Amino acid sequence: MTDLTAPARFERPSAVTFLGYLAGLVLVFWCLSGAGFSMDKVMTSPPRFADFLSRAFPPNLSGDVLGRLGWKMVETLQIAVAGAVLGVILSLPVALLAARGLIAGPWVNQTTRIVLGFIRAVPDIAWALVFVVAVGLGPFAGMLAILIDTVGFCGRFFADDMEATEKGPAESLTATGARRLDVVACATIPAAMPAFVSTALYALEKAVRSSTILGLVGAGGIGIELKVGFDLFDYPTALTVILMIAVVVIGIEQLSGHARTKIIGEQR
Amino acid sequence: MSDASLKRPGPQQRAAGPGQAAHAPDRAQPARAGHGTGAQAVPVPAIDIEARQVAKRFGDTQIFSDVSFRLERGRATALVGANGAGKSTLLRCLMGLIPVSGGEVRLLQQTATQARPAALRALRARVGLVSQKHNIVPRMSVLSNVLHGLLGQQGGPRHWSHVLAPAQSRAQAMQALEKVGLAHLALRRADRLSGGQSQRVAIARAIVSRPEVLFADEPCASLDPQAGEDVMDLFFDLARRDGVTVVFTSHNIDHALRYGDRVLGLADGRMRLDATASSLHESDLRGLYD
Repeated sequence: MTDLTAPARFERPSAVTFLGYLAGLVLVFWCLSGAGFSMDKVMTSPPRFADFLSRAFPPNLSGDVLGRLGWKMVETLQIAVAGAVLGVILSLPVALLAARGLIAGPWVNQTTRIVLGFIRAVPDIAWALVFVVAVGLGPFAGMLAILIDTVGFCGRFFADDMEATEKGPAESLTATGARRLDVVACATIPAAMPAFVSTALYALEKAVRSSTILGLVGAGGIGIELKVGFDLFDYPTALTVILMIAVVVIGIEQLSGHARTKIIGEQR
Repeated sequence: MSDASLKRPGPQQRAAGPGQAAHAPDRAQPARAGHGTGAQAVPVPAIDIEARQVAKRFGDTQIFSDVSFRLERGRATALVGANGAGKSTLLRCLMGLIPVSGGEVRLLQQTATQARPAALRALRARVGLVSQKHNIVPRMSVLSNVLHGLLGQQGGPRHWSHVLAPAQSRAQAMQALEKVGLAHLALRRADRLSGGQSQRVAIARAIVSRPEVLFADEPCASLDPQAGEDVMDLFFDLARRDGVTVVFTSHNIDHALRYGDRVLGLADGRMRLDATASSLHESDLRGLYD
């Protein structure tokens, strides 16, 4: 007769598994120690935070400050949109080279993926520093930083999206004698388009978030205002910048979510 | 363009294309009975598809082996067998979509196995495929999907979408759509069609290039019985009208016997049945599914 006794809720870990858990725990404590984690500082920080808020509140909403910050925010959005759009466009051919089994051989796929991995591994603020050196201070360096960051992000995910498409339509076109490029253009890319749209919109959100801090290293945008505000202890203006960034980033995320639902929802 | 202009010569008529004669002079020219004796010439039907001891394995799994047959021009052949018998795999081997593990496939008097990619593409441009799941591109128009059937003959961006396509190609695609009764839906998005309509679009895409051979992999398996019957009737009407050689797989014994001139049966990794449909009864095929 079948044994109907319910099995134990948890299995006793093996000695190796137990050592693994222990090593993980030690690693976390080691990292906390390296990061200077201090309960004392955690406990004493709320009063300091409250002190900052009391000196920053109310935010500086005077007309000339709002006007200046408004234009800087427009510049920030210009950097983000220009960099993201050009990055998305450039990502497509790069993704075609990175996607396995489409138009390029394994060596090209692997090399392209390694390059994309390198681009992603370098933070956008580091790319901004590099481009400030290369093209000088200003928004152009920021746009290039956003562009290359977007290529690293979208190139990888566009490639994954194309690899994951259903193979049937591509096989049917291959069966007509179509060349690889024709098959990709007519079957693979249309099938991956909803995923492309979703990824591209996420890249735009990411670009807007990144572009707000590129000014810290002189790559244009509103970030420089934040730095100046803190450097001069002008906390009300700094708070205005922070609130402005929050409103714009949340607004862009909402718009992006709406666009994603409209575009992908209609296409599905 | 009239339907007549799309028709292919019959089995005996379309014998000796200039490029074909060099490959298979024995099949391209009528053979003579009693060679050298002055007896009257007896035309031998040309062979469009030939499998010689074809084998296929995926890793350690042998799908089939020692499969041999010759399929005559203008005839319909049903390929039957249980799930996993290798029908679809054999179909893909015949088209050169996947490599064989052994043996040789000759398609339209040319060796498909070991052909160079460009030669294989040129060969595929002369055949059409209708799949079980129709495999049309959902986010494009019906007309663009049909135009894709011309990519093998005229590749490039001008055939990627109906917006860019040359007038002649658009007319050709509209004609194919008219044949399947969907010309009025040319601009509809393909993902807004019913299953039966989608399969008709797939048929239009397969016939738009006026193929000499049509392969169909369970063309009505994903359709309800009535839509399936309609699609099969339409498919074979068009194929027979144009004298196209057809190879189709089916689980439906009735379809195999009704639409096939010849029936090939795969079982246990071997070709277990090869007979004319008229000589078979349903019970003869049921053994393949045991």
